[in-house]
Amino acid sequence: MKLERSTAPAGAIPGAEAPARAQPRRARGFALRKGTVGLIVYFVLLLLPIYWMLNMSLRTNADILARFTLYPADPTLANYASIFSDPAWYSGYINSFIYVSLNTVISLLVALPAAYAFSRYRFLGDKHMFFWLLTNRMAPPAVFLLPFFQLYSTFGLIDTHIAVALAHTLFNVPLAVWILEGFMSGVPREIDETAYIDGYSFPRFFVTIFLPLIRAGVGVTAFFCFMFSWVELLLARTLTTTEAKPIAAVMTRTVSASGLDWGLLAAAGILTIVPGALVIYFVRNYMAKGFALGRV
Amino acid sequence: MNKTYDNRAWFLVLPVFLVVAFSAIIPLVTVVNYSVQDIFGPGERYFVGLEWFREVLRDTRLHEALWRQFLFSGLVLLIEIPLGVAIALMMPRRSGWAASLALVLLALPLLIPWNVIGTIWIIFTRPDIGLLGYAVNSAGIPFDHTAAPLDAWITVMLMEVWHWTPLVALLAYAGLRAIPEAYYQAARIDGASDWAVFRYIQLPKMRGVLTIAVLLRFMDSFLIYAEPFVLTGGGPGNSTTFLSIHLVKIAVGQFDLGPAAAFSIIYFLIVLLFSWVFYQVLQRVGTGDRR
Repeated sequence: MKLERSTAPAGAIPGAEAPARAQPRRARGFALRKGTVGLIVYFVLLLLPIYWMLNMSLRTNADILARFTLYPADPTLANYASIFSDPAWYSGYINSFIYVSLNTVISLLVALPAAYAFSRYRFLGDKHMFFWLLTNRMAPPAVFLLPFFQLYSTFGLIDTHIAVALAHTLFNVPLAVWILEGFMSGVPREIDETAYIDGYSFPRFFVTIFLPLIRAGVGVTAFFCFMFSWVELLLARTLTTTEAKPIAAVMTRTVSASGLDWGLLAAAGILTIVPGALVIYFVRNYMAKGFALGRV
Repeated sequence: MNKTYDNRAWFLVLPVFLVVAFSAIIPLVTVVNYSVQDIFGPGERYFVGLEWFREVLRDTRLHEALWRQFLFSGLVLLIEIPLGVAIALMMPRRSGWAASLALVLLALPLLIPWNVIGTIWIIFTRPDIGLLGYAVNSAGIPFDHTAAPLDAWITVMLMEVWHWTPLVALLAYAGLRAIPEAYYQAARIDGASDWAVFRYIQLPKMRGVLTIAVLLRFMDSFLIYAEPFVLTGGGPGNSTTFLSIHLVKIAVGQFDLGPAAAFSIIYFLIVLLFSWVFYQVLQRVGTGDRR
């Protein structure tokens, strides 16, 4: 420890990047050919339902009901046009984005210090606290439906983005603590100690040294928070009426109101896949690395 | 790893405690409050003690929903875990565009809102406009998930496997990526078979992530609501009414707050019991892995 102190300049911890780079190169599978074929078959099956919805979204409802075709014979963007020209539809997307982003930020902000505490210290009731947090990840959202509604009504938060964001912390914060703790435990304690000896205060150490070291973990955590908040519907629908209604709920309302316009429904569905696909694209390089380093 | 004992660490945990307390403890207290009262309207409520619990525990529809739920979650684990591992083994081990593409494709179903998942599968399996429904019916096998309970179950299982197997595959793949190449080289020198490599190198190394996969899949399949609700609405009859669907039917559909709250508490206790068992297993696996 003392030796390192003399050699390591403040702000630059040598070798800190090394563990992340230790990837297996030159990996030749034993049964690559057979495996690749199996994988391609699996991905075709995986994409088939999504393709089918895309197919539907490019056809008018009359066309869908009139004949069965494997691809859109005369594709039309009419369904997408009607979504983008109707505020009731596109505001749903904006609402979803706002509360999902709020939730991701809140979850990360509160989970980061807590995960650090769990990975570095023992304290009174730490095991119980961790378990209690996990139980909330396991709580059925249906159980919390009515009490949430009452609670947020009392605070006048019904139909606001912050209400949904807060409600989603119920399952996202425990998950974030859990994932981040795994990542942080992978960082050697010596790094903390060296930084403290070098005269770093805790906040400065945490932001300038520790966070960059676990940025893959932060990325993966943000990905998970985004994912679980984006896909949840039951709570989001219950806590909103008009102003903050998520796109998923707008879809269910339209389905029940105007009969079933399959083409419109499919187009709205396709549009809900797009943000997810974009997020995956941005974190794709972190994903394999991130999953492997952390405990999740 | 020996950690320092320092109670000041509580200050770091405090924000999490406050946020989760707001969204977990207060609502839970409300549920307990409801569960022991008969509520007619504002200001008109009577203490009934454990009456609702007795009523709910005697409810045969709850029993049916519970067994249905266990069957569903059991099937989910039996199918998704082996399938996910198999897919992870087929994934390209070298990082590059193929691995990136495979990862992006795998993660795609995970980021679709749950009710849209249901919508996708309605569109895909309907006998009149769905590819699967149309194809199976053309082959001479009658298939309609809105009419036959078995068909509904098959559709819900297909949807569930389609939706969540990628998560298991992603976790298993992460576990595989953590195995140093030297292990494979050593195995090749020893002339180990594919099976031996899997059994003695890959499987032990995946034990940690697979435990998490089992835990997550059990929990989430036990709490499933939106997908089967959109796809089948719990029907035909009650054949796909899982616990959450049943609960929402009582709470929102019939607005029986007392029984719904009592049911909620029982539901939560069941999940808590299982999560405690899983947590113990998880801890043991964690320490066993550390050597």
